[in-house]
Amino acid sequence: MKPRQTLNLAATLLLGSLLLVTALFLLLFLIRMFSLGGSVLSWEFLTTGPRNAMTQGGILPALVGTLLLTALAMLVALPLGVLTAVWLTNYGRPAWLVRLLRIAINTLAGTPSIIFGLFGMALFVNFLGWEVSLLSGGMTLAILALPVIVNNTEEAIRTVPPEFRDASLALGATTRQTITRVILPTALPNILTGAIISVGRVAGETAPIMFTATTFFAKGLPSGLRDDVMALPYHIYALMTEGTHPAAQVPIAYGTALVLLLMVLVISSVAIFVRYSIRRKRQW
Amino acid sequence: MKILKEKLFQVITYAAALFTIASLLGIIAGIFGRGLPFFGKVSLPEFLFTNSWYPTHAEQSFGAWALIAGSLAVTLGALAIAIPLGLGSAIFIAEIASSRLREIAKPVIELLAGIPSVVYGLFGMAFLAPLVRQWFDLDSGLNLFTASVILGVMIVPIVSSLSEDALSAVPHNIREASLALGATRAETIFKAVVPAAKSGIIGSVLLGFGRAIGETMVVLMVSGGAARIPGSIFDSVRPLTSTIAAEMGETVMCDLHFQSLFALAILLFAITFVTNLLSEAAFGKRRHG
Repeated sequence: MKPRQTLNLAATLLLGSLLLVTALFLLLFLIRMFSLGGSVLSWEFLTTGPRNAMTQGGILPALVGTLLLTALAMLVALPLGVLTAVWLTNYGRPAWLVRLLRIAINTLAGTPSIIFGLFGMALFVNFLGWEVSLLSGGMTLAILALPVIVNNTEEAIRTVPPEFRDASLALGATTRQTITRVILPTALPNILTGAIISVGRVAGETAPIMFTATTFFAKGLPSGLRDDVMALPYHIYALMTEGTHPAAQVPIAYGTALVLLLMVLVISSVAIFVRYSIRRKRQW
Repeated sequence: MKILKEKLFQVITYAAALFTIASLLGIIAGIFGRGLPFFGKVSLPEFLFTNSWYPTHAEQSFGAWALIAGSLAVTLGALAIAIPLGLGSAIFIAEIASSRLREIAKPVIELLAGIPSVVYGLFGMAFLAPLVRQWFDLDSGLNLFTASVILGVMIVPIVSSLSEDALSAVPHNIREASLALGATRAETIFKAVVPAAKSGIIGSVLLGFGRAIGETMVVLMVSGGAARIPGSIFDSVRPLTSTIAAEMGETVMCDLHFQSLFALAILLFAITFVTNLLSEAAFGKRRHG
């Protein structure tokens, strides 16, 4: 073989092996999570609270806490994000405000999640006096999710062909009617899949809620927005770093991690699958 | 009535847009408002360049150099893992793999990007750290090396998916011209396609850098937590993010220690802000040519 061809083969093998190493590491990671987490997983694990100083029992309060935090965050962030994207794509004047908004979105999207946590603590917990609560954590997560939702929605709206909008306006519909009856319904599947992916991200965040919402142990389920809550991601962290029986807490941490991982993976794979099939089916 | 509805709708969307801008301003005001008073008591050079982080000693000192060095060390370590793996995977997927493998790989990478960092932290702490301790015969596996590996693998999806986009956006005639001139596939990839996708690839690495330096849970759980300048890759480190997360609980509202953690947050925010601008510039250049 000529040296150039040998080099070609070597380069191809090197690139292939880099992909292989990545895939094997991630496979090892998933196998480890599923096998160790799976051995703890049971109906009882999902439906009871922790017992005996966190060494036995289940994760029901953490599961409920994460669901509530995520739901609250999306309830706030989704309308705000969609309306922001509507303004950006349909009104968007003056130009300097658009530029400012873009800077804001990009900066928010790149800001580390711990900074959102500090902000939430400063504003919601201390300044507004909501204390460490479901409400403070949900609002913090909402602001974290906001840039992602704006970006997704904007992209979804831009996939609506301009003819749809022109046709609607030509028929005498107002801008508002065109947005609410033509553009948003057409873009809706894409907006929702983007929102679902951000649900997965929000559910798995730890740093923003550790000072704003969570507690290592709550006696029962939260009874209102002002209660502090347990949450799956924080529960994993706390089990690994706090408590009195570290060895007995590790299996529970693995179980909790598997529940969180499954939740996030199932939610995002549904969204990704739906998005791919929308793309394939699209008629325009 | 109709005009009123129109105006009302427009005003509502306008208000939402203003709220989005206000949340960034709120974050900046919140962080700077609590962090800036700190610099009235400790000078900026002392904060940045001295190596003595003793916030709870009787004789307090707030030299964050070891924390900055810790953040940089872990982030560069993570990039040392993520750049070869992520870029290599991206090149293989975009240029060599069959279209079937590509169709499977893209959504899988997207899925992996969504795995919560605390789960990686658990994996690093409970699985990789004991192995590292055993392999290298160390006192503890919670160190710079383990944290870099876990963080590196965590940002591989970011680097690889964005690099793959950049590579796929390179026009086909560049490849064809190179092959027609008698170049091998490897020569085409490294001398024609990768240079053409350079700015997108640089952008993806910068985004990976920003994500790694801002990541909290992995370093909090896996990096060991000693506020020293690392002398070897098996030393324990304490990056900025984990310092904030670990020490916030010990502070008293608005004391100097509390303010110093917000000062660390200002520093972190400044670093990610600049990284963001640079990566946007890199991506922007790609779009225009």
